[in-house]
Amino acid sequence: MTRLWAASRLTYAALIAAGVLSIFPIYWMFVVASRSNDAMGQLPPPVTPGGNFGANVSRLLNNTDAYFVAGLVNSAIVAVTVTVSVVFFSTLAGFAFAKLRFRGRNALLMVIIATMMVPTQLGVIPLYLLMTKLNWNDRLPAVIVPALVTGFGVFMMRQYAGQAVSNELIEAARVDGCNTARIYWNVVLPALRPAAAVLGLLTFMTTWNDFLWPYAVLNDPENPTVQLALRTLSDGYYTDMSQVFTGTAIATLPLLLVFVLFGRQIIGGIMEGAVKA
Amino acid sequence: MTVQLDPRPPVAPAPRTGRRTPAMRFSRLDTKYSPYLFIAPFFVLFGVFGAYPLIYTFWVSLHDWDLLGSNHPFVGLENYSRLLEDPDFWHAVVNTLGIFVISTVPQLLAALWLANLLNRQLRARTTFRMAVLIPNITSTAAVAIVFGVLFGREFGMVNWLLDLVGIDAIEWKSNRFASWVAISTMVDWRWTGYNALIFLAAMQAIPRDLYESAAIDGAGRARQFWSITVPLLKPTIIFTVIISTIGGLQLFTEPRLFHSGTNPIRGGTLRESQTVTMYMFENAFAPHYNFGYGSAVAWLLFALIAVVAAINVLLLRRLGGAKPPKDHAKSKEGAR
Repeated sequence: MTRLWAASRLTYAALIAAGVLSIFPIYWMFVVASRSNDAMGQLPPPVTPGGNFGANVSRLLNNTDAYFVAGLVNSAIVAVTVTVSVVFFSTLAGFAFAKLRFRGRNALLMVIIATMMVPTQLGVIPLYLLMTKLNWNDRLPAVIVPALVTGFGVFMMRQYAGQAVSNELIEAARVDGCNTARIYWNVVLPALRPAAAVLGLLTFMTTWNDFLWPYAVLNDPENPTVQLALRTLSDGYYTDMSQVFTGTAIATLPLLLVFVLFGRQIIGGIMEGAVKA
Repeated sequence: MTVQLDPRPPVAPAPRTGRRTPAMRFSRLDTKYSPYLFIAPFFVLFGVFGAYPLIYTFWVSLHDWDLLGSNHPFVGLENYSRLLEDPDFWHAVVNTLGIFVISTVPQLLAALWLANLLNRQLRARTTFRMAVLIPNITSTAAVAIVFGVLFGREFGMVNWLLDLVGIDAIEWKSNRFASWVAISTMVDWRWTGYNALIFLAAMQAIPRDLYESAAIDGAGRARQFWSITVPLLKPTIIFTVIISTIGGLQLFTEPRLFHSGTNPIRGGTLRESQTVTMYMFENAFAPHYNFGYGSAVAWLLFALIAVVAAINVLLLRRLGGAKPPKDHAKSKEGAR
């Protein structure tokens, strides 16, 4: 048994190689972000950090064409709002689907699962027309409101609530005089906390990362998300690559931070098969 | 992927006793209507911002719908027939399929192999798992920009490395096939670790005594892998293939940011790596603003995804050799 599953040196070597390949592009992003522009023309390319990060950051922040700070602020607003909303509505609906009895429950659940299979591309154009009608083009609600619920979140919370909350507990709360809303708040939500945390992390990262829809609907260069600000930077400033890389590094930093702090939970969530899309 | 519905009986409403008080009436209303209240936000928001746009895309695709024009004449299927004869559209389809094939196949094979490595008794197990997952959590836009530089013609690190082993510089951005390879590399880099973790989870559900008895029968590691692991992983493999198909055929951010300069939405001067989604954007938004035509592209993309996913599933059903014992396959599907 042990011999069958023992990891040889070759296993470690291969895994270390895979790890280095995985991390290198991100590491190198920080290397270039901390050097002057000369680094881009050097062969062999430099692979150790330099001391120019501060200067690059100040050049980036003073670059009035990039609206990078506005992008950071916008992305933070969007990602936090969407995360809170997705977690709240998903736990609410997931609880209802897992534990409450109502007519049409199974049919409605099938609708939710079906929504997970539809490509976003299909909705981009009419959504754009809708935003024009609502006069939300170039404004943050255009990015926030369509993302406030996801079928994936509801489905994930339903699966989890099925195991995590016992029927006896809910019955006991009812006998004690709790109405359904209080049961949700005082019994179900605490029990769902671990899964809700994973959903929140994944939602935050996806939203922070989103490019396609903001790219379609936020055309005002003065009001971008951080990913759009990066696009502006990279399309226009190829000569100042260390500034561009400083931008990509800063835009990636919140994601790395979340991953370092909650990596175990995220991996656990993926391995439990919770992550589907 | 079957959906397992909760077999347990749902919570029954409290039994009625005697006369109804206002509190009891509230309680009855509460148990009856709260569930709808709880799921309403999803259906209202999805209805307005998800379902309605979907149907509306089809309606728009039947019109000559210019964003700047004030009236949008109905043209029936003209957008579709024009599209089917549009060489740029087919060019984009070939690009998308090409990038999809040369990214997905190595990606899933590498993920299988990586999962097999991660499934051994390892020290620093979590560290390795985190390391291979890091690409998946980074900003796609940022990484596409970084890879754009790594694959640069003059000072790109990839060409420099190739030069070290005596290979001439490759035009990663202006050679069609080379640009597919570069973009596929980005996609593989991002998704291999993620798929490896999905495979790993399924591998850990395989009972180890199967391997032990195989080892007693004299099967080596490779034989065990192909005769036990892979067949038992089939449902998971089908799942990852479908997910990769949906994601791969919608590819946008990576090829869009791989190119810069004038008109990057075309994916290079000769549309070397313009994907179908990029073509949809080019037509629906700047520079053409032809919403009807763009919508038709979107629907054909959807059809393409459905067709390719179906072909993949059929192929995978046929391949894979030995049939997995039924109960294992089932339990794993339930876990997903």
